[in-house]
This record gives sequence, structure tokens and C-alpha cells, in this order.
Amino acid sequence: MSLQERLKPKFWEEGNLAETRHRHMFNFPRIWKKTVLITAGVALIPLILLAIVDYQVTQSSVESENLLRTSRLVSNTRRRVSFFLFERRSALDFIIHDNSFESLMDSKRLAAILEHLKKTIGGFSDLGVIDAKGIQRTYVGPYPSKDIDYSKQEWFREVRDWGMYVSDVFMGYRNFPHLVIAVKHDLADGSFYVLRASLSIEQFNDLFSQLEVGGKGDAFIINGEGILQTPSLYNGNVLEKIHIPVPMYSERTQVLETLGTDDEPILVGYAYIQETPFILMVIKQKNELMGSWYDTRMKLVGFLIASITTIIVVILCVVTYLVSSLYMADQKRMIALHHAEHSDKMASVGRLAAGVAHEINNPLAIINEKAGLIKDIFTFKKEYKEDQKLRETVESIISSVERCGTITKRLLNFARHVDMNIQLLRPHEVIREVLGFLNKEANYRSIQVALDVDEDIPPFESDKGKLQQIFLNLLTNAFSALDDGGLLNIAVKRKNTHFVCATFADDGCGIPRADLERIFEPFFTTRAKEGGTGLGLSITYGLVQELGGKIEVQSEIGKGTTFTVTLPLRYSD
Amino acid sequence: MSEKVLLIDDEKDFVVPLAERMKNRGIDVSSTTSPLEAIKKVEEESYDAIVLDLMMPEMDGLETLAALKEKRPELQIILLTGHATVEKGIEAMKLGAMDFLEKPIDLKVLSEKIKKAQAKKMILVEKRTEEKIKQIIMEKSW
Repeated sequence: MSLQERLKPKFWEEGNLAETRHRHMFNFPRIWKKTVLITAGVALIPLILLAIVDYQVTQSSVESENLLRTSRLVSNTRRRVSFFLFERRSALDFIIHDNSFESLMDSKRLAAILEHLKKTIGGFSDLGVIDAKGIQRTYVGPYPSKDIDYSKQEWFREVRDWGMYVSDVFMGYRNFPHLVIAVKHDLADGSFYVLRASLSIEQFNDLFSQLEVGGKGDAFIINGEGILQTPSLYNGNVLEKIHIPVPMYSERTQVLETLGTDDEPILVGYAYIQETPFILMVIKQKNELMGSWYDTRMKLVGFLIASITTIIVVILCVVTYLVSSLYMADQKRMIALHHAEHSDKMASVGRLAAGVAHEINNPLAIINEKAGLIKDIFTFKKEYKEDQKLRETVESIISSVERCGTITKRLLNFARHVDMNIQLLRPHEVIREVLGFLNKEANYRSIQVALDVDEDIPPFESDKGKLQQIFLNLLTNAFSALDDGGLLNIAVKRKNTHFVCATFADDGCGIPRADLERIFEPFFTTRAKEGGTGLGLSITYGLVQELGGKIEVQSEIGKGTTFTVTLPLRYSD
Repeated sequence: MSEKVLLIDDEKDFVVPLAERMKNRGIDVSSTTSPLEAIKKVEEESYDAIVLDLMMPEMDGLETLAALKEKRPELQIILLTGHATVEKGIEAMKLGAMDFLEKPIDLKVLSEKIKKAQAKKMILVEKRTEEKIKQIIMEKSW
């Protein structure tokens, strides 16, 4: 038997039969399916909906949390960067206003200022003073470049127009990435002069290296063309162009989600630093940020799958159990119903038989007496005494009457046993009585019936009529299984102090293994075409149970079938 | 001395041949098909045994039995029946029937039962005579 076969509940095939054969029976597979669907739906749909909603809410909250964190990091960094630049610009502003043009022209004084700046604020590498014509008048620093004309250069025009200038990072003459800050001082006569300072970007780098961007995150500054102003970890070196497009201008800090160079989703936080050409950018790998969420998600999904599986298994088990119980109850109900129907039928047949027997008995008595009288006359009168033919005829009439008498007696006995009537019996006597009904058939078909009875069988309490019916059913069954000339062995044995058992072993066709389990079920018949109702053995089973006994069957195809009826010696309700 | 028997059965076809057969066997039989007539007859004469059918249209066998027993308690009654149920049998025995026979009857069995009934009746009659004599002796003390 395969696993599927074994798991399949008993009602499954039965229920399908019900559809076609007995419409009044329940369709158990349909009940089962419906119950499973409804229960599973009620249990699983809210669970799954809840899980989906929770999944989405948690995911979006994790995402927005990440955006927020990135945005905060960008804002803070921007503040620091712009403060860094603002600080240095303000220092220059202060110097240019605190010192007169003349004193700034004094290169010793300028050198002193540069020295002070280096010591206090830091980051300055040189200082130069440029007059209104764009000529550098004084310079202190490592690259002597006095009298350079800056008037044609972009930055000079800008500082003239706007009062200050912050340059991109460039290599310049120094061959070292640096940037330039210039501030202008307007004089009363309308002319002006400019203080220009170079800043190395080392301090910038320090600032970024301290940022906690985590994992493969990156933070750097670019200019408006996307040229890197500070070295980056994964996006190229200083003055190289970055691969991601330069983000749109925005006054506020922005965080975008795009695809990175290797098609991984990334979070790009950026901010335009006011009054400078710089754009601060922070890049984070989205998958890294979401890592903890992915772990949680796996656990959540795993838990969901486990609970769904558990729920389904439990539902299947419970529903199968319940429907099986229902099926069993229904089967019992059916058996009871048919048993009741049957005993009803038996009762009316019994009444009919009794009536017929009564009516026939009287005329029989008359025939008996008349024939007896004739016989008497023949015996007493000489002229007939010698006529053997006449005497024989009369005798045959009398013996026929006797036979009729036994038939009516049997009918009356049958009628008497419809009700439960416990009396002391010997099982083999009952069997012999029943065999009396079947002697004719046995003779015609030359079936050999052997009755083997243990000698120590005590009389036992039981209902004669029911016992007769049980044995009659088993015997007719055996007869129908037997071929002509077959052998039927009946044995009555004492099992133990409380039970006797009667076995009916035929050497007939046998019962297939698949049918063997079901032969006691009502309506199960293999002789439907010959008018079998499928009730005989189920009624026998019920009767044996009513008497407190047990019926078992063993069969082998081709070798025969053995029914064993075990009955208690003492009857008890 | 032949046994004196009264046959009571509503079925004339049954009673007449049976009576004739019993007569052939030397039994003094009178028969009737009416229970009422039977009661009258019992009042007039004394019988050794009465053979009574249980099922009769005019008067039920058990009723007849009771009526007969009332008239003559010493009567030995053998019941005939087509359907001997235990309850009816017990009832009949309680009412004082001596025995029971199922139809169709075997004449030999019936004859034996009648002989037994006669013997019983004799004992009963003897006892009664004895009692009577005793009584007379007691009453009339010479």
C-alpha cells in the first residue's frame, strides 16, 4: 500500500460512491474540502495580510530611516565644510580689514600674519596681496610669484564683482591639489585690493576620513562639473571625474536613490555648499544599509512559512479526524437504520408466517384424521385389509401431512423468534436445525457438509432465532461461494471458559483482499446483478454483536473462506 | 372398562373421524362442536377425559376450560392446539389443564394421554370417595 493510499481517509472513496449510489448519504470528500478551505481561509488570510502589511510598513520605515540618517550625515558634513571655509574666509576678511594696504605690502608683516594663521586656524600655505590692477604686490609662501598679473583671470573678475571668491581645487604651479580663497577690501577712493590665500585640502581630507559612512560608503566633494575635489574611496582620486551624474541644484540637503556603477542600488545624499562651487556628496550602498532588515525579513518570512505549514497540517489533521468521526457515525446510523428496517420486515414476515401456519394447521388436522379413519377402516374391514396399494396410498397421505406439519411448525418457530428471547441452547443443535433448511440444496448440488462438534460444549445462553439467522446467513453465503460438489466444514469448539466459537470453512472461490475489509459494510455486494442486497453479512455482523459476540473472516482466493463466530456462554445486556 | 371421553372441536370434519377412530380403538367417545353443549353434557354425565380445542369461534378454548373446571374440578382436560405458545400453555396449565397436544395429532399419543387421564381421574375419584366415607363416619357416629 503506497503512502498516499495509507494517508487517504476511509471516507474518501466511500463518499464518492455516495454521490452515485445513495444520494441521501453525505458527500464526505466535499464536506472535507469545504471545511478545509473555510478553516484555512479564515486562519491564513488575516495572517498573510498582516504579514504583508507589516512587511511593507517595516521596509518603508527602515528605508526612510536610512534616508533620514544619510540626510542628517550630509547636513552635518555640509555644515562642517562650509564652516571650515567660512572660518578661513572670515580670517582673511578680518586680516584685510584689520591691516592697511601699506602694512600688508610689508612682506615681513605678511609673513608674520601667515605664520599666525598657520599656527591658529591652519591650512594656509601662502598669502598674496593683489592690487586693483590685478598685479600681485606682495607674496609670502613657498613659491615666490611676485608681480604676477592676475587681471585677466576669471577669479580676479569674480572677486572684483562679488567681493570674495572660493576656487575649485586645482594643481596650479605648485603641482599639489589646493584651492584658493580671495577677499576684497574696498577703499574710500573707490579702488580696492585683494588678499589671496592658498589652502591645502589636507584638512578637508581629514574631515572626510572621520566621517562614518560605513561599509562601502563614500563621502567627498565635487564641483559643478563633477570633478572630484577631495579623494574618494571608491569613486576616483582628486580631480578625476565621478561616474555618477552631477545632481540637480537644490538649496537643501537631498537624498536620491539610484543605481551605482555596478548596478547596485545606492543612496546618494548631496548638498550644495553655499557661496562655493562645491557639492558635498555622500554615497551609501543600499544593500549594506538594509542588511539588518534583510536578516529580519528572512526570519519573518521563515516564521510565516513555518506557521502557515503548521496551521495547514493542523487543519488537515483536525478536519480529517472530524469528518472521519462523522463518517463513522453516519455508517453506524445507516447500519442501525437498515437493521431496524430488516427486523421490521422480519417481524411482518413472521406474523404472516404465523397466520398462514395457523390457517393451514386446521385443514391439515382434518386431512390427518380423515386419512387415519380411512386407514382404520382398511385395517378393520377384511375386504380391504389385503389391498396393499390402498394402504400404502393412505400411509403416504399421512406421512405427507406429517411433513406439512413440520413445515408449519418451522414457520411458527421462525415467527416466534423475531423478539429477543434468551434461552439455553446448544450451538450445534441450532446449526443442525438450520442445515435442515438447506439439506435439499446440498443434496442437489452434492455439497458435502461436515459438522464437527467438541464434546464438552455446554449449553449456553442466547437467542435462538437470532442464532438461527446468523447461521443461516453464513451457510447460504458459504453455499453461494461453493461450487457443486464442494466441501463445507462446520466446527464448534470451546474457546475458553467464557466463549464458544463456530467456524464455517468452505473451499469455494474466496474473497479478494480488497473486498475482505468491507464485506461487513452495508450495501457492499459482489452479487448485485444476482439480486444481492449487500445486507446479509452486515445484518449478521449486527446480530452477532447484539448477542455479545464477534465475527471474523479469513479468506484466500481459490482456497476458500472461513468465518468464525465467537459467542459468549452467558448472555449479558 | 373403556375410557369415556368427550371431544370438543368446532371443526366437524375433524371431530367426527377422530371420534370414529377412537371408537375403533375401543374408547367410548362422544363428540360435540359446541362448547356450550359440551358444558351441558359435562353436567349430565361424567367423563374420564376431555379433549378440547383451544381455538373455537363460539367460545375460546381457555374460557371453555375455565367453565368446565368450574362445573367439575376433577375433570382431566387435554388441550389441542395448532400453535402451542408457551404463554398460552402456561395459562392453560394454571387453569387446570392436564396436558397439551399439537395438531395434527398422533392417535397413539392421544390414546396414551387419555389412559393417563383416566388413571388420574380414578385416583381423584377414589380419594373423594374416601373423604366422603370419612366424612360420613365422622358425622354419623354410631
